[in-house]
Amino acid sequence: MTIRVAMTVNGTEYARDVEPRLLLIHFLRDELGLTGSHWGCDTSNCGSCVIWLDGKPVKSCTLLAAMADGHAVRTVEGLERDGELDPVQQGFIECHGLQCGFCTPGMMMTARWLLDHHPDPDEAQIREAISGQICRCTGYENIVRSIRWAAEHPAEHPA
Amino acid sequence: MQVPAHVEYERAVSVEHALSLLGRPETRVLAGGHSLIPMMKLRLAQPELLVDINGLAELAFIALDGGQLRIGALARHADLLDSAVAGRCFPIFHDAERVVADPIVRLWGTIGGSLCQADPSEDLSAAFAAARATAVIRTPDGERTVPVRDFHLGPYETVIGRGELLAEIRIPVKPGTGSAYQKVSRRVGDWSVAAAAAVLRLGPDQQSITEAGIGLTAVGAEHFVAVEAEDYLRGRAADEESFGAAAKIAAKHCHPAADQRGPEDFKRHLVAELTARALRRAAERATAASGEDTA
Repeated sequence: MTIRVAMTVNGTEYARDVEPRLLLIHFLRDELGLTGSHWGCDTSNCGSCVIWLDGKPVKSCTLLAAMADGHAVRTVEGLERDGELDPVQQGFIECHGLQCGFCTPGMMMTARWLLDHHPDPDEAQIREAISGQICRCTGYENIVRSIRWAAEHPAEHPA
Repeated sequence: MQVPAHVEYERAVSVEHALSLLGRPETRVLAGGHSLIPMMKLRLAQPELLVDINGLAELAFIALDGGQLRIGALARHADLLDSAVAGRCFPIFHDAERVVADPIVRLWGTIGGSLCQADPSEDLSAAFAAARATAVIRTPDGERTVPVRDFHLGPYETVIGRGELLAEIRIPVKPGTGSAYQKVSRRVGDWSVAAAAAVLRLGPDQQSITEAGIGLTAVGAEHFVAVEAEDYLRGRAADEESFGAAAKIAAKHCHPAADQRGPEDFKRHLVAELTARALRRAAERATAASGEDTA
């Protein structure tokens, strides 16, 4: 049995017939081909699958695609605007905020959300914001620095 | 790869619609889904129908109303943590919410979902039990109310029957009350090894305890409460001696199980220490709140 699921992803409308049990992360990766969001622990611990649903970050391995029907999704592919990297993306480049890169899409989506609500977060606020996400390479130091860099270099024309 | 078994999905458009859908056997309410979906992946839960209530905005509220704090079942953990009115009446909920999972999970997980999941390690059950909250349950015939202390039948089991839906939690707000929650976990965002909730009401002299609520998380306390310690405290002085004695009583009467989070004696030690700390903090806050009331 399948149901019709339609949603806006990064401003584009998509509709697919899927099984109700399909998880949102697999809808994005396998049905839409948006493989920027990573499928990690499958237990909502690691946060590599974090995307936005209606403007709020969520671990997309723990939502059904059906739950996003009629809603707006934003993924890491939607951070860049008109060929300009988001300051968060630039920050991860400037401060070497990734090594293997597996956790990076989720980290950046959470970072963008944090900065939208707290444009000038201190280190403790940044660490709290990403406390539900796991990085096994960096020891988090450079991720924190990358997000601070983004806070200090806001976009001139934010989305 | 963890995938739930085949399941049907319906989106409720009203509470009445949800109730009619929930009349079917093997049906589960889908709210935040942050416990249910992982359990479905592991096939620990295998419902035939999911009723998604995320669209029921009328259940997503937090309000002070006629001497009660009312929390809609669909209010998110982040809503409770951000609620100034809840924090003023019951700082215990802010204490507890700060240590529920992580900030992303708190944006989606719901208050009602936490209670209905009835996980023995879940933090809010002890906090609501300590505050003597009441659960308001919508039924096909109307609604019924159940004290939170009678809400849980055991691990993962509640009094919610087929065709019923938890609608809100109501907590009586009384002057001169202070509250606190103290938790020990192995790492940030983890479940409790043990935790203690305290709600104290002091008399006008701010010395004697007129009402005491003590909740315990993850240590096998029946209905998440330490009744013997509460009985001991009522009428006694709000001082270190009373708190220390009540904490020992709480530690004696709970039933912690040895597991990967620690042996039984360690958990009893935590219960005593955390109960004393929560009582101390609750008394400080009760005194501070009384000062504000009279100022």
